[in-house]
Amino acid sequence: MKTIQNIGLALFLVALTIFTSLIFFGKYKVTPEVLENLVNSKGIKSELFINNMNSHVVGKEFSNPFSFSTEITSALESANETHKQNSEWDKVIWDKPHSFSYEIVKQGGGGLVKNNQWLFWWFTFGLGIIGALMYIIPNVVVKGPPGIKNNGIWFNAATNRGWIGWFAFIFLVGFYLLLYFRPDYIVNWTYIVEPISESLSGNLASQWFLYGFLYCTVMTVMAVRMYIKYRHNKYQILRTTSVLFFQIVFAFLIPEILVRFEKPWYDFKNAFPLDYDFFFKWNLDELIASGGLGLFILIWGIVLTLVIVPVMVYFFGKRWYCSWVCGCGGLAETLGDPYRHLSDKSLKAWKLERWVVHGVLVFALVMTGFTLYYYFSGADAVLGIKTQTIQDIYGLLIGAFFAGVIGTGFYPIFGNRVWCRFGCPLAAYLGIVQRFKSRFRITTNGGQCISCGNCSTYCEQGIDVRAYAQKGENIVRSSCVGCGICSAVCPRGVLKLENGPEKGRINPTEILLGNDVDLMELVNQK
Amino acid sequence: MEHIVIIGNGISGVTAARHIRKGSDKKITIVSAESDYFFSRTALMYVYMGHMKFEHTQPYENWFWKKNRIDLKKGYVESIDTKNNTLHFAKGDSLQYDKLIIATGSKPNKFGWPGQDLKGVQGLYSKQDLENLEVYAPNNKVCKHAVIVGGGLIGIELAEMLHSRHIPVTFLVRESSFWNGVLPTEESAIINKEILSNGIDLRLSSNLKEIKSDENGKAKSVIIQETGEEILCDVVGLTAGVSPNIDVIKNSEIETGRGIKVNHYLETNIPNIYAIGDCAEQHEAIENRRSIEAVWYTGRMMGETVAQTICGNRIEYKPGHWFNSAKFFDIEYQTYGWVWSQPKDKETRFYWEHESGKKCIHISYDKNTREFIGINTFGIRMRHDFFDEILTEKQTVEYVLEHLADANFDPEFYKLHEKDIVAKFNTENNTNIQLKKKSWKRIFSNQLK
Repeated sequence: MKTIQNIGLALFLVALTIFTSLIFFGKYKVTPEVLENLVNSKGIKSELFINNMNSHVVGKEFSNPFSFSTEITSALESANETHKQNSEWDKVIWDKPHSFSYEIVKQGGGGLVKNNQWLFWWFTFGLGIIGALMYIIPNVVVKGPPGIKNNGIWFNAATNRGWIGWFAFIFLVGFYLLLYFRPDYIVNWTYIVEPISESLSGNLASQWFLYGFLYCTVMTVMAVRMYIKYRHNKYQILRTTSVLFFQIVFAFLIPEILVRFEKPWYDFKNAFPLDYDFFFKWNLDELIASGGLGLFILIWGIVLTLVIVPVMVYFFGKRWYCSWVCGCGGLAETLGDPYRHLSDKSLKAWKLERWVVHGVLVFALVMTGFTLYYYFSGADAVLGIKTQTIQDIYGLLIGAFFAGVIGTGFYPIFGNRVWCRFGCPLAAYLGIVQRFKSRFRITTNGGQCISCGNCSTYCEQGIDVRAYAQKGENIVRSSCVGCGICSAVCPRGVLKLENGPEKGRINPTEILLGNDVDLMELVNQK
Repeated sequence: MEHIVIIGNGISGVTAARHIRKGSDKKITIVSAESDYFFSRTALMYVYMGHMKFEHTQPYENWFWKKNRIDLKKGYVESIDTKNNTLHFAKGDSLQYDKLIIATGSKPNKFGWPGQDLKGVQGLYSKQDLENLEVYAPNNKVCKHAVIVGGGLIGIELAEMLHSRHIPVTFLVRESSFWNGVLPTEESAIINKEILSNGIDLRLSSNLKEIKSDENGKAKSVIIQETGEEILCDVVGLTAGVSPNIDVIKNSEIETGRGIKVNHYLETNIPNIYAIGDCAEQHEAIENRRSIEAVWYTGRMMGETVAQTICGNRIEYKPGHWFNSAKFFDIEYQTYGWVWSQPKDKETRFYWEHESGKKCIHISYDKNTREFIGINTFGIRMRHDFFDEILTEKQTVEYVLEHLADANFDPEFYKLHEKDIVAKFNTENNTNIQLKKKSWKRIFSNQLK
């Protein structure tokens, strides 16, 4: 069994190495036709840029995307600089340099990977999946009979912030930086999934299609790990199945199929304000232009946030969304599960969390206020602040850095729910409902707690569960996503997630059940 | 300001301190030689197993003590001068108190076995025991084999710990079946199976004769009394129960028996000196409880109680209905009320076991009045609130079975066995009990009042 696991690990690492190395290779060339098409489709009026491209790029062959991209972006930037100096505003190319360059690179790229897409899919995704499963599945035997087997988690360099953890951190952060800010470097990756994209939506694979596909793949493989690890725990099995279903069907397949029918790309479960650009002008315009379905989406999106989300939180707690439906939660509960114990449980972290997560919520709402004002009044600035500027800042800081780079990249260091706990505006909104108007709580079982601390250690949201359990007090916390792991790891059967009457849900106690009834009454009455 | 000094920073002492702080402004000092801060002793096993780090066993962050004005003193008390209200420490310093609470806990039992003090021979009780285990059994290279002597809760935990590091274990149990002084035959048999299925070499009805030493004064083997068999080993775990840790107190004026003698008010023979937790011995046991209770929650309850007395509200220690829980490898155990290993005269039993052989419930009730006396469960979690109320109201076994759905505390979506259980009872007893649907109203009736 160990041998199978080692071979699996080796295969996975080979696949990862091939995948990573792909960005360094390829053939990139712009033909005069490509440039002409681009100039026409974008309506580019800058002769400077066109000349620059003709003399430095067109007809030349580049062997890696970096130098190729550098030539394009510097051609664009130097042309822009001149135009801006000369106030030739209509000649300035307003596209983000690397997104612009991505379009050219995507068309101009070629070479081994582009010509052997399925082959490379097998060398990367295929081999990676097989390797990972060979590593994961033998755990049915290796880790012993069903039950909580967290043995050695704090001794393993992958899960105790050791060198493997830091390596994973650097890799993930690097991946997200490329994905968000240098898509032109990773066109080879998009070629790998091109056939899949074409068969789904009929379009070429963008970096976002690559991300979506990779996301679903990683979740599926790591869900297998969850199924094995918690095979004795039906709550975990169902929850894992649910997040997997919503990710693959709602966040991946349906939107791609919508695109195939020339409808807007839309993830029906992605609620505002997590879906922060829902009310952006371009989105509203696109929805309104898309006829009946567009209108339905518009109404659905509003109803989802204003009615469905809070009503469901009232009945089931925010877990129905955060750990049963949400894509971010889905990744955190599968890929992130091995890192859940790394969350910070200190009171300081809790204080910080409340400021930051509610700050992001306010930010998102203010931005949306500006956006809607702009949409209805047409004034693109309020109090001298441009709506576009706010949207750009939010998109960069929250959308890209917080949700992506930090949210997932920091899994191996700060645990798997950094985004959900500190950054997600929807989680903040759900949390307020959960804290003040919900039937959900984690019930503490009388006096059975022995303060061992497994619950707190394995709480991905950094809730000090034990602090409540050892006081015999139910856990009612806005940040609880109801993953159910505290209950699973409890050796004494103290914790149960349940939805019950609101009354008595919050029950601070001084003396626990089991002691003298008179004493309990005396002290608890105070 | 009155100075309350507490010896021992375990659950009893710390609970007392916290509640004294809640109820008063007195100066509080907790003395400990074991650790700087309170930690959960029951969690030490998880540190060795790599589930947690030591700091995770500390229920309060380090700032907690200063914020709550609870002074912590690290030091080993060498003697207690009850005439001058003074503690003398091993390092020569001393501390004055107005009231003293002794909460020194337990120490592992040693029964005079030859070799019991060799290197590599230890109990599993203190932080130091954990540290020693890391020295003598860090992995299966250094420790090729371990022997555990004594089949109780700590013994099986130690077996699970060593097993988690792939160290082969021989487990010597004096009884003919694991923990059968406490568990009825059926439950005990399930645990025997669970131990064996985890690859532990379980030896029932086996006593330790002696531990042999190598040339460096370290344990190298044990001899089994019954067979004379010699088992080579690098570590010997002595887990044959615990007894009050009162060596220091024995040399004082404070009355001791097996533990520190206290009345129901947790008062010793010396005014202003109290004893709580594992080290306290009741003159007269309370109801069916033992006179010395070495259980986590009883320590906590004594702390809760003595704090009231210290704060001027003298109150008797009156623990409520017995309950307890444990985990044997993957089998969770809970108990509410009393299910003795052997039924008493007036009792009769109902037993249900799941086909997996890993879950069961065992109910004891009065065969004449049908009053519910207690329940053991394996692999099924039950609501403490539910059974506490049942016991207070002296409900019948029929009532309990009817409302079994209310009692269940398993995570959502778990397969429920109540129908099977009730059906079996009906068949065996010729009754017609109908299982009621789970009712939130009944479950939360206490809170709804």
